[in-house]
Amino acid sequence: MKTATRDRLFEAACCAAAMVLLAAMAGLLAALVWGGWPALHRAGLTFLTSDVWDPAHDIYGAAGPIFGTLATAVLAMLLALPLALGVAVFLTELCPPPVGRAIGIAVELLAAIPSIVYGMWGLFVLAPWFAAHVQMPILVAAQPGSLLDRLFASIPNGANICTASLILAVMVLPYMASIFAELLRSVPIHMREAAYGMGATSLEVLRFILLPFIKRSAVGAVMLGLGRALGETMAVTFIIGNAHGFPKSLFDSGSTIASTIANEFAEATGDLHASALMALGLVLFIITFTALTGARLLIGREIH
Amino acid sequence: MIPPKRPRDPALLRRRRLANGVFVALALLATGIALLALLLILGTLVSKGLGGMSADVVLLDQPGPGESGGLRNALVGSAMMCGLGMVLAVVVGVLAGTWLAEYGDGKRLASFVRFLNDVLLSAPSILMGLFVYEAVVRPLHGFSAGAGALALGFLATPVVTRTTEDMLRLQPHALREAGMALGAGKGHVVRSIIWRASRSGLVTGALLGLARISGETAPLLFTSPGNPFLSFRIDQSMASLPTLMFQYALSAYDDWQALAWAGALLIAAAVLAANIIGRVLTRGSFHK
Repeated sequence: MKTATRDRLFEAACCAAAMVLLAAMAGLLAALVWGGWPALHRAGLTFLTSDVWDPAHDIYGAAGPIFGTLATAVLAMLLALPLALGVAVFLTELCPPPVGRAIGIAVELLAAIPSIVYGMWGLFVLAPWFAAHVQMPILVAAQPGSLLDRLFASIPNGANICTASLILAVMVLPYMASIFAELLRSVPIHMREAAYGMGATSLEVLRFILLPFIKRSAVGAVMLGLGRALGETMAVTFIIGNAHGFPKSLFDSGSTIASTIANEFAEATGDLHASALMALGLVLFIITFTALTGARLLIGREIH
Repeated sequence: MIPPKRPRDPALLRRRRLANGVFVALALLATGIALLALLLILGTLVSKGLGGMSADVVLLDQPGPGESGGLRNALVGSAMMCGLGMVLAVVVGVLAGTWLAEYGDGKRLASFVRFLNDVLLSAPSILMGLFVYEAVVRPLHGFSAGAGALALGFLATPVVTRTTEDMLRLQPHALREAGMALGAGKGHVVRSIIWRASRSGLVTGALLGLARISGETAPLLFTSPGNPFLSFRIDQSMASLPTLMFQYALSAYDDWQALAWAGALLIAAAVLAANIIGRVLTRGSFHK
């Protein structure tokens, strides 16, 4: 074969491989729409607005899991954001570089642990501890009908929205911390030096120089973390308690889209049940891909 | 010298120093919390994992309730499905990454593929499982190890693509020019010079992809949910460590839970090893 032909074939093969990626994305969307259509068609808008999820009578309203997904992800971000920023600032700005490198490796270790291990840790360690040392004391202290009671009313078993958010926060923390650290390192050193030279404290350098410099990408990093938290399956499935409908308090069991699919798909009672779970997948697809697309547009290309 | 506009204000200075001190303390506290979480999780993992570890773990298949047994069928199944998935991911990922790095410059389509790939990098793995279920499992009327491998492969491909593109872009242009000056065509230069120069980077991409999928549970639940026996058949459901851990950890039996922890330790060790080797390899290539 002539070299020119071989080169053209090689380029075509490379291009075809790239098209496989496009096809995978298109196929993913098509499969979810195709699979979810029967349930969506039958339930219509009530699929999104009703919180009655009753496979026995083929009634599917997904408001509960959708709310659970958004609530746990947002709570997790509220917990993880300050921590991740703190870790990143400490690593890049405050501690001596060798210590920073060591801690950086430790944080990456945290990111490398598979999510099912987080789930098992949540189930066997966090949930019993949380039930005994947080839920019970509050249950004892709360007057029936008081604000405390309404906010934290629960069965003290540790499997609830709050512990699920805690686990999610620990999971996205290393991920966001390393992006923040990378962003902070990208700020030119002379900008820091100029600010320190004027007598600014570390806090002032962060507040007036570093944060404004990385603002746009930092918002992207938060959305990237949110995308992860929204779609996380195993860690949440173990610990959220898997109850349908709206959670009544912060310590009440709930469910997320991903945990509902993981729990029920294998035992789907009929075609419509399976289709409803596919439709849930479609909703998750739309939510996460909106967050991830936004994140990528804001962050740009340099950060993984 | 320009005189200061206002006299030094000791109260202001004190306030600024105090605020800074609080800020440093909070950053330290945040780092402490992250490290504490790591220690707690690793501590539980090692102590419970070693507690469930024995020679039986690799020698026997999964037990029924009350029987003694191990994880052999799950270990073999995981290795086979991850291996098959990685073949797909490496072939597609390396070629796609090469196209983006070497042929894609200035093409709209390439920027679009790159963007989609970056989004797919963080896409929920459970959706990939649903996709393969709808596209392969349902038409063929049954779970299969092939479907599981396909789902895992799709998850690892974006990682390999991204790393490949990054690594090829690190190679200096002089290398490409030198090859072409000798009369080699572009494809020849890419295959014999650029790929060879970034060999360790390509291996890193594969290792990071493997690390991404070896702990994945959700996509396997709908494609290859398990098999109580040792199986090498690609057209039948195969056991895997994560799905077996999911089943055993949620069971009521102590010995099943102990096996689940042993499996967790094995997976975590494998993922960490793949991550560390991958990073060490790239560190070398950045210095070149």
